[in-house]
Amino acid sequence: MDALFTASNLTKTFGSGKDAVTAVNDVSFALQQGQITTIVGESGSGKSTIARMVLGLLPITSGKLTFDGKDVTNPTGAARKAYWADVQAVFQDPFSAFNQFFTVKTLLYRSLRLLHESVGQDRLEEALGHVGMDLSVLDRYPHQLSGGQRQRVMIARALMLRPKLMIADEATSMLDASLRVNILNVLTDLRDELDMTVLFITHDIGQACYLADQVLVMEHGIMVEQGTVDDVIFNPQHEYTRKLVADVPKLHQEIELHIGDHEAAARDLA
Amino acid sequence: MTNLLDAANIRGVYYTPTGEEVVGVDNVSIQMAEGEVLGLAGESGSGKSTLGSIISLTARPPLIVEHGSLAVDGKVQDLSDMASIPRVWRGAVVSMLPQGAMNSVSPTMRIRDLVFDVMRAHDGKIKKDEALDRARDRLVTLGLPTRALDAYPHQLSGGMKQRVVTIISTLLNPRLLIADEPTSALDVSSQKALIEMLLEMLEKEIMSGVIFVTHDLPVLRTVATRIAVMYQGKVVESGPTNTIVDDPEHPYTRALLSSVLTPEPKYAKIRIEGMRAFDRESFKAPEVKH
Repeated sequence: MDALFTASNLTKTFGSGKDAVTAVNDVSFALQQGQITTIVGESGSGKSTIARMVLGLLPITSGKLTFDGKDVTNPTGAARKAYWADVQAVFQDPFSAFNQFFTVKTLLYRSLRLLHESVGQDRLEEALGHVGMDLSVLDRYPHQLSGGQRQRVMIARALMLRPKLMIADEATSMLDASLRVNILNVLTDLRDELDMTVLFITHDIGQACYLADQVLVMEHGIMVEQGTVDDVIFNPQHEYTRKLVADVPKLHQEIELHIGDHEAAARDLA
Repeated sequence: MTNLLDAANIRGVYYTPTGEEVVGVDNVSIQMAEGEVLGLAGESGSGKSTLGSIISLTARPPLIVEHGSLAVDGKVQDLSDMASIPRVWRGAVVSMLPQGAMNSVSPTMRIRDLVFDVMRAHDGKIKKDEALDRARDRLVTLGLPTRALDAYPHQLSGGMKQRVVTIISTLLNPRLLIADEPTSALDVSSQKALIEMLLEMLEKEIMSGVIFVTHDLPVLRTVATRIAVMYQGKVVESGPTNTIVDDPEHPYTRALLSSVLTPEPKYAKIRIEGMRAFDRESFKAPEVKH
């Protein structure tokens, strides 16, 4: 299998001197063609920073990125625009990604400008079809759509460009649990039907477990573990992954709670 | 024995500017015994937060309570006449921890100033030292660092901020705490820490009951004694946590459970259709009480 995208020794440092914060530290990974890779980690672990670097939205401090065999480290100008035709993203909050005064039609037609006129309309219908929506949605305003619908329009927008790589940064976190599964299924369908490569970023291990072919675990900017769902989630080797999995509330197993543990600790100290 | 909470026949309606009525809570009755955690579950728009705000006496227009009564320890109040409910009920009998509370703390105020403000709102004569001593004792009891009081909100992590606002909302030892989505914005380790703290507060009788509003069923499985599932303003099923999770009878409860994803082997490598696989009509089935 070919790696569509690789990152080697990726590092991002914010600030300089004594205020420097290394948000991502020497991280290497590869995204295989037609697979869904998820990055999991707590808040502040650097997972969104990785997404922004992969997208070319944030200059990287050191390391190397390749896409389809070409070097895409810090692309600029025309190279970056060409890169964005192949790599598209969906973000956490679909409401803030819309202009409130534009209908869905205006929003989608704007993205169509990047395409040749002759294919535009077909692509639009096809993309809405992939996310299970029809053309009636075009005349709606964002506030007339539910959260799930808004997020599906955002996915359709990204799909119109037929990207080879789709990045979803916490794309389902603001949605109701009952809508979440639908969006995740849209992503697995895209993988199975269009052989799309997906990088899915989440703090929710349950979603990672449902969706992923490959899981990467981040802790404080360092990638502590990577591998398949079976290896990483059901047989974690690193202590951090173990704790992360153990702390997730489960439906059919009790998780261990330590109520009033600090009292025992205080007594021990005394 | 009287129940801790007896809320009966609550109907809450939102009036839109054009005069239309949108029913938020439709003739709901719930009971709670001393020491219980009642989980209110349901999808967005099911009325769970609306019910929470009515029971916590924080309902405001456009939400109007048309009828309903609230009894805590057998003392009854008429909810349709909010103005006649004594001031002391808000905060000292029922207390609300609203959704996103940790983000509504003023960024230019130290936590100790917030504590003083809250205490002064209930007791105009209280001294600043007294208020702070009380908060400090509480933090010590629950094993949190007292330096949190001197911090500005941005100096605390999300999990710590949420635990601190939870403590502030219970400083007056309310009988009942209503927590609206308290864990939804937290990562799993902070979620667990908050749950442990809430259960410890119950154990130490800081409050005697918690209504935990969330759409996250695995969290309720961990924290709740009983669960009430809401759909379109009505409670469709209620009962002990294990019964609801393992033996749900109402079609809506089953549908809700079917869209839950947790890292358990049974959810990997299969396709879940979630709500879509269910017929919305079937959700109108009558209420099930266990």
